[in-house]
Amino acid sequence: MAEITMVVNGRKVTQTVEDRTLLVHFLREHVGLTGTHVGCDTSQCGACVVHVDGKAVKSCTMLAAQASGTEVVTIEGLAKGDQLHPVQAAFKEHHGLQCGFCTPGMIMAAVDMINRHPEGLDEKTVRAELEGNICRCTGYHNIVKAILAASEAVSANRVVAA
Amino acid sequence: MGIEGIGARVARKEDKRFITGRGRYVEDMVVPGMKYGVFVRSPHAHAKIRSIDLSAAQEMPGVIGIYTGPELKADGIGNLICGWMIHSKDGSPMNMGQWSPLATDTVRYVGDAVAIVVAETRGQARDAADAVVVEYEELPAVTNVVEALKDGAPQLHPEAKGNLIFDWEIGDSSATDEALSQAVHITKMHIVNNRLVPNAMEPRAALGVYDMAEDHYTLWTTSQNPHVARLVISAFYNVAPENKLRVIAPDVGGGFGSKIFIYPEEVVCLWASRKSGVPVKWTADRTEAFLCDAHGRDHVTEVQMGFDADNRMVGLKVDTIANFGAYMSLFSSSVPTYLYATLLSGQYAIPAIHCNVRAVYTNTAPVDAYRGAGRPEATYLLERTVETAARELGVSPAELRRKNFVRTFPYQTPVIMNYDTGDYEASLNAAMQAAQWDTFPQRRDEARARGKLRGIGMSCYIEACGIAPSQAVGSLGAGVGLWESAEVRVNAVGTIEVLTGSHSHGQGHETTFAQLVAGRLGIPIEQVSIVHGDTDKVQMGMGTYGSRSGAVGMSALLKAMEKVEAKAKKIAAHQLEADENDIVIENGEVKVAGTDRTLPWAQVALAAYTAHNLPAGMEPGLKETAFYDPQNFTFPAGCYIAEVEIDPDTGKTEVVQFVAADDFGVIINPMIVEGQVHGGIAQGIGQALLEGCHYDATSGQLITASFMDYTMPRADDLPSFQISHQTTPCTTNPLGIKGCGEAGAIGSPPAIINAITDAIGNNNLTMPATPNVVWKLLHASV
Repeated sequence: MAEITMVVNGRKVTQTVEDRTLLVHFLREHVGLTGTHVGCDTSQCGACVVHVDGKAVKSCTMLAAQASGTEVVTIEGLAKGDQLHPVQAAFKEHHGLQCGFCTPGMIMAAVDMINRHPEGLDEKTVRAELEGNICRCTGYHNIVKAILAASEAVSANRVVAA
Repeated sequence: MGIEGIGARVARKEDKRFITGRGRYVEDMVVPGMKYGVFVRSPHAHAKIRSIDLSAAQEMPGVIGIYTGPELKADGIGNLICGWMIHSKDGSPMNMGQWSPLATDTVRYVGDAVAIVVAETRGQARDAADAVVVEYEELPAVTNVVEALKDGAPQLHPEAKGNLIFDWEIGDSSATDEALSQAVHITKMHIVNNRLVPNAMEPRAALGVYDMAEDHYTLWTTSQNPHVARLVISAFYNVAPENKLRVIAPDVGGGFGSKIFIYPEEVVCLWASRKSGVPVKWTADRTEAFLCDAHGRDHVTEVQMGFDADNRMVGLKVDTIANFGAYMSLFSSSVPTYLYATLLSGQYAIPAIHCNVRAVYTNTAPVDAYRGAGRPEATYLLERTVETAARELGVSPAELRRKNFVRTFPYQTPVIMNYDTGDYEASLNAAMQAAQWDTFPQRRDEARARGKLRGIGMSCYIEACGIAPSQAVGSLGAGVGLWESAEVRVNAVGTIEVLTGSHSHGQGHETTFAQLVAGRLGIPIEQVSIVHGDTDKVQMGMGTYGSRSGAVGMSALLKAMEKVEAKAKKIAAHQLEADENDIVIENGEVKVAGTDRTLPWAQVALAAYTAHNLPAGMEPGLKETAFYDPQNFTFPAGCYIAEVEIDPDTGKTEVVQFVAADDFGVIINPMIVEGQVHGGIAQGIGQALLEGCHYDATSGQLITASFMDYTMPRADDLPSFQISHQTTPCTTNPLGIKGCGEAGAIGSPPAIINAITDAIGNNNLTMPATPNVVWKLLHASV
């Protein structure tokens, strides 16, 4: 057994879990945050993407023990109260989700993508960067549209903030 | 109908919980005392079970119980069934083999369930499952339908001699033979429709909860039709009578057909909960999903299409062998028969059609409906054959289609279906214009200058949705009626709950169903809530598949709304001292038409519940139910055009343009409909270019059993899509809706393949057209 301590969505969490516990199971079953999903066994689908110390990580590919001492943000921690993150808002506005199962991972990956591309994004880049996230419902058309729109919204905010 | 009514692009009401991580799927559920179930599965495609030794596993940490097939049989749990009876052409009923939810003496595909382990944690259950020792006597296996029909092939079920489940036909054989004998030209094709794995992103899951005190069961399950699950589990599997079984399908992460059926795991989790005394939750991992979810397609077909001297189609003869896998899944028999061969007329006036279908057992996962279910198979063979015929006849593919379109409605095909309405030329014209068909040669030449092979291909599809008139499907063998129900509960403050037997697993019913209600009454959409997916809340319903929620489910809702509105008008007429025929409901008010005498909607609702001043003899309350049984199938149709570029050095195909022009009848929410088309096209392009489910022919091992081996379409495999709608309202349901859920997956594969064969000048192409397949053809033709 291993004692794990991390900050999840701004709240310190300490739990004792089996050594083999994956970060995704730690979040879902021990912290009770079920927004992060498991869609495959091979780190292909990206439904489990969370942010660990500010970077997008597939939480099915990391042991909880490896994440001990880090700061984790999950889909539940992305909005500020009732104020949606621009990526969340764009997914809703552009119908970037249907069944919603891949959506948390898609949104967390998209936030990371936008953060890594302050210069802005184009369709080709977005499609290439979504390599690690699979959606079976949307054909990606509206996901790409949503991410491009969110990227512009974030850039606009950045300009205003500067 | 106002800004939130029919036709409005309303953002989805359900989105907030999904984008904030508050969706609630079966795997998210936790109930007090819940433990985890893991299945012991056959590693062999075909074997006798000699013995099962649980002794080591039972001693493992955390193990609560391990349960096997013989115990399940001893408890009287029934075999899984196929609910659609098909008779062979000799009149004999289909030969259905036995399918025990846990195998008793024989396993017939890799993944066949043998036992369930219930333990404190998922990991402990998995460890113990690995420690269960099953001694198998391996038997020869067969995975390919052609091989399975040969003399001496391994035999799966004693009930099905020669592995033949049925040998069925439709249409007039002699008339078709006669027509073909008179034909001036016959195009012949050998068509393989590749086997696919549905792969909804949410793996299947089941949570069985037995309440000893009440002798009551609750099943949380990933289902597209929880009421059908309850009916079948109760009536056929003998788990519990319906009043002692509640089935809940909460948020469900995609279905595409694969979550229609009742699977062994659902039955076993319920039974294991009673055996163990604890709630048992099982969640498939992805490889389990690959192994055990019902697969789709897998047809081998010979086609002959005859033309007269004027290039008019005179006859179509089709001979299909359909792979059913190791067991007959719930609706498997309907897919390659009444959902397939009845669509073989396509958009064309073909005077004589005959189709023969042989259904065959193999040592593979069961095969059943997958997005489109039979209609993609029909469309693929027709549209490849028409395209090939155009090339052979030296005419343009558009003109050959145009010449043969059905143009007068209603049109009775030779294969049961009666098309109520359509305008196939409108979609063809719209698609060709959007695709800039006329200037394609310039783009081809420009690509050639860059060393690329560019091709263009079209497909004109028709499908049958709005499934289905109960009496008609009953006469064709269905074990159920395919109506839908709705209940409209107006609260005393005027807000509304709609309870529907349709089930949303991504389709956006919480928005579209609410749009219908909000639009009719002129109240804000936030005041309308949609409830579905729980047999304790919602009266009997038939669920969502076959693009039926709009055409059938919303028609039921309309009927219930009309009853509610009629009663509200009576109340208002009484209170306003007017004739009820003069009362109208609009903008949230119930008023005397053409006057300022009006009552707010909420006040009428309140009056219904205070019952202080109702018309004499009227019951209090404002709540109505309705059942709607469709009069006919609906017939969405359209034209898809794909343009591809192929790198001859690698064989890789890039879809550079994809145009869809669809007639879905009346559209409730264009944004949602477009999303359905996008997703369908992606699955169709996946079938055409990427997805191929492969079993090893001798061992029967599934080679493509993970996302690392089975190519799911990813964002960079696809273009953005150009979509338009041409509308001829359906004439056989009150809203004019035809349905849109499957069209994309039906129309796109032949468009893609026709484009590739155009580009490479070789028609001998099978799906998926991977770089390897295309490269080999390019080099074969050098």
